[in-house]
Amino acid sequence: MLETIPEFFRKLAETYPKWNFIFFYDPVQWERVLGGLLVTVQLSIVCVIFSVVIGIIGAWAQGSPSAAIRWIVAGYIQFFRNTPPMIQLLFFYFALGQFTPTVTGADGWTEQPIISNVGWAIVSLSFFAGAFNVEIFRAGIEAVPDTTKEAAESLGMTRLQTYTQVVLPLALRVSLPSLNNNLVNLVKTTTQAIAIAVPELLYEMVSIWNDYNSAQNAAMTVLFFTYIGLVGVLIFGMHRWERALFIPGFGGTK
Amino acid sequence: MTNTQWDEGQPIVSIKNVRKSFGDLEVLKGVSFDVQKGEVICIIGPSGSGKSTLIRCINALADIQGGSIQVEGQEVHDDDLDKLELRKKVGMVFQQYNLFPHKTALQNIMMAPIKVLKQPKAEVEKRALALLKKVRMEGKENSYPGELSGGQQQRVAIARSLAMQPDVMLFDEVTAALDPETVKEVLVTIKDLAADGMTCILVTHEMGFAREVADHIYFTDNGVIVEHGPPTTFFDHAQDERTKAFLGQIL
Ligand SMILES: Nc1ncnc2c1ncn2[C@@H]1O[C@H](COP(=O)(O)OP(=O)(O)OP(=O)(O)O)[C@@H](O)[C@H]1O
Ligand SMILES: [Mg+2]
Repeated sequence: MLETIPEFFRKLAETYPKWNFIFFYDPVQWERVLGGLLVTVQLSIVCVIFSVVIGIIGAWAQGSPSAAIRWIVAGYIQFFRNTPPMIQLLFFYFALGQFTPTVTGADGWTEQPIISNVGWAIVSLSFFAGAFNVEIFRAGIEAVPDTTKEAAESLGMTRLQTYTQVVLPLALRVSLPSLNNNLVNLVKTTTQAIAIAVPELLYEMVSIWNDYNSAQNAAMTVLFFTYIGLVGVLIFGMHRWERALFIPGFGGTK
Repeated sequence: MTNTQWDEGQPIVSIKNVRKSFGDLEVLKGVSFDVQKGEVICIIGPSGSGKSTLIRCINALADIQGGSIQVEGQEVHDDDLDKLELRKKVGMVFQQYNLFPHKTALQNIMMAPIKVLKQPKAEVEKRALALLKKVRMEGKENSYPGELSGGQQQRVAIARSLAMQPDVMLFDEVTAALDPETVKEVLVTIKDLAADGMTCILVTHEMGFAREVADHIYFTDNGVIVEHGPPTTFFDHAQDERTKAFLGQIL
């Protein structure tokens, strides 16, 4: 059975030369696809986590008594929300990348920047999605009634305790649907890391079809289905989370 | 700052010539009164007369522009005020209950003692269960606020406040949002508290209740205390025209 799958695709490529699913029968190409998929998954997970953390901290900072902090957050949001993520990525890698220190590589000769292209992709994409997450969480925070916060205050809770114990758990529940959309977008936007040669799935697929022109249609088809699968997993996870956070008598349905 | 001078013979809450404005609107125009330990006082008056504002100033949820408010000898409106110390002494119950919707009744009660007072969980839980019993809500510890009636939520809110073991309780129209049938169960809870010797400052529209539990009644109108006295004098021999007009409408 297992042997028949490569056989099938090898035959398919012979019969229809425009549909060469080479990675399904050539182990070398298969390794490249797997490698790319792994990078995409890692990049997505790390960026999702960082962008959510940035969103939570940013939304908290937006309510800061310090006008300077509020201005910094507002400026950050404007910059990252109103410029194309691709340009942000190139800017981080090529412009800021020049100024980061380098370390000598293992061979003792080459100089390696301490932040690699993968590092810059993580930074850039996390801040990009994080800017939207700040706004998403802020909307959730604004939906928490002032009187609920006052109740926490009158019980002696500090601003931080009120935020972590009361405001955030409630805001999160309100924010989940929008957060869902933004994180789906983030996963799709990781493909832009190809611009700085991060070996993620799109990068590997393009490399394969550059080496084997006949694999182009096949690679694109596989890309579409892979992303449908990846986003599906994310949405499934988010819905599970939404259900886990369900509280009787407070918005939403189980 | 320190309250070493304060002893139980002195007023537990002392309000002197308090002024409070929202922008150009002066809401409290020099309000003064004292509350002794164990006393129950009721503040009544027409809507917008500044009752909620006054009560919120006592636990520093609102600031004041003039005068002084002392709780156990400590000035509340002092820049160096330790708000945590104040809020350990003063509990507050709101008209809209304001329970935390994502926590069960028991968790609502336990949260502040654990997070704020840093008391051991087991001890807090024991006290919380006893308090639920006291407000006649045993069996509902695992219900979320959304699953409770207004009156039940309000009783949990009272228990939540009591769990901080305050010396003074503030109640701001805590039955105003309730159905007539559930009003009674909440009033009974407050009556029990008063009978236990808790110092209570209540804003209320329940005149029968005020007459029954209050040691002293204050009538506010337009930012000043127009008239005050023990319930019998106040209700049966009101002097001021505004008080008479108000009581005439209500009773
Ligand atoms: N945060 C605020 N900002 C501006 N004005 C306010 C604020 N809070 C209260 N006020 C005004 O202060 C006045 C007194 O309000 P307050 O809520 O203390 O009245 P109240 O006596 O409690 O009335 P009610 O019986 O309707 O609860 C009102 O005119 C109100 O509009
Ligand atoms: Mg009021």
